[in-house]
Amino acid sequence: MTELHGAKGAPHPYPGKLIIVEGIDGSGKSTQLLLLHKWLESKGYKVFFTEWNSSDLVKDTTKRGKKTKSLTPTTFSLLHATDFASRLYHQILPPLKAGMLVLADRYMYTAFARDVVRGVSRDWVRKLYHFAIKPDMAFYYRVPIEVAISRLLRGTRGQFKYYEAGMDMNLSPDVTESFRLFQSQILAEYDKIVEEFGLLTMDATLDIETQQEQMRTLVQDALRGYKPKRGTYGRRTLFWRRFDIPRSE
Amino acid sequence: MADGRFFGDGLTYLDPSDLKGKLIAIEGTDGVGRSTHIEMLQEWLEVQGYGVITTGWTRSNLMSKTIEVAKAGNILDHWSLSLLYATDFADRLEHQIIPALRSGFIVLADRYIYTAFARDFVRSGNRTWIRDVFGFALIPDLVCYMRIDVETLALRVIETTGMNYWESGMDLRLGADLYESFKKYQSLLIEEFDKMAEEFRFNVVDARKSPEEIQEELRGHILPVLPGHKRAGASEQVPA
Repeated sequence: MTELHGAKGAPHPYPGKLIIVEGIDGSGKSTQLLLLHKWLESKGYKVFFTEWNSSDLVKDTTKRGKKTKSLTPTTFSLLHATDFASRLYHQILPPLKAGMLVLADRYMYTAFARDVVRGVSRDWVRKLYHFAIKPDMAFYYRVPIEVAISRLLRGTRGQFKYYEAGMDMNLSPDVTESFRLFQSQILAEYDKIVEEFGLLTMDATLDIETQQEQMRTLVQDALRGYKPKRGTYGRRTLFWRRFDIPRSE
Repeated sequence: MADGRFFGDGLTYLDPSDLKGKLIAIEGTDGVGRSTHIEMLQEWLEVQGYGVITTGWTRSNLMSKTIEVAKAGNILDHWSLSLLYATDFADRLEHQIIPALRSGFIVLADRYIYTAFARDFVRSGNRTWIRDVFGFALIPDLVCYMRIDVETLALRVIETTGMNYWESGMDLRLGADLYESFKKYQSLLIEEFDKMAEEFRFNVVDARKSPEEIQEELRGHILPVLPGHKRAGASEQVPA
């Protein structure tokens, strides 16, 4: 197997483009990525979408581990890395090699932020993902903690989930308070990551359509010179992703 | 990181200073007779009054099913495969090995991180990443490596369990059939184990000898590591 380029180092050698979004729960990143997806498809691009912790094999295990509350910071981190490796190999690399656009909802930076807050070593988790490729564009949707909380509370989800709120860390017996403490630490960690890896910071407090306009402008610039692969007879792909409630991982 | 008991970047949220027990790893390739000898060692240690737990590769509560499913049908890249092993190992380390060591047990590990190192190296040709991944592992108090040559191993495996897909490294497409593939794959593993034996100073035991002789040698290596072994009056058996 060939040695891949480091996550920090050289760009990947494939003809496709990898665009990723990062941000805490309630930042609106998934909505933005979905709108970008619609737009790219409407322009005739071939697009493949993948999201964090979604491979069947690992998802079932994570679910089991969460149910029995037996996950430790290290097994939690390793399970997500396994999921990522499997998706990179099976979902991300093939379309990139075929010259497609790949959109990823969360990338390794999620692990760098969240797993470190959970207590694993900063160096270790970076080494863990050394096989990852560097995205062509990485957006970070930055949002103040209170905005994220009010969005999540009045939104469709209603309440926070156990791990999403960091309840396993015993920060506070109150779920909302625990979420606030846990996600605030994650925000602080993201701020460091933005500098370290040069993520594009987006203001996630703006109107949805304003944010989307900014995103599309940036993507359009980045895609200048990119030759989209025509599908058979130039046929447009179906809008196969429905606009539904963003799932939390 | 700063703690010498961890292989690399350690479990930062865990203090390993109060681990009273001893961690003994038995390494060696597939079918070399590790589990038989571990059973005998456990018996021997328990008779002497030591508390013993054994832990084996892919036997964690969290991962054993997942790994079976992965191996049964899904074509895995070497990263996922190694990370699945690492998750299994981490689960056992934190839920079995460390608690047992804290309570003063002797932990006999059937395979340890070196198995993962060998398997990943054979598939990737790179040693750095896999060793970084297992940085959180505890360095064992003793590693015994049961060494065998591939000719003897092939005969032994055919006589007992038969060759299977993964033990033959069929995912690597090294040979025309199961037998050829088994021999090439196991030779590569043995070659890498031999290199690690020097690098990490394994206690090498010749696994071609009779079971009695092998057991005797293993006990000879283990004896000096045991807490208070001199008190037990075992001075005659202490090897050089």
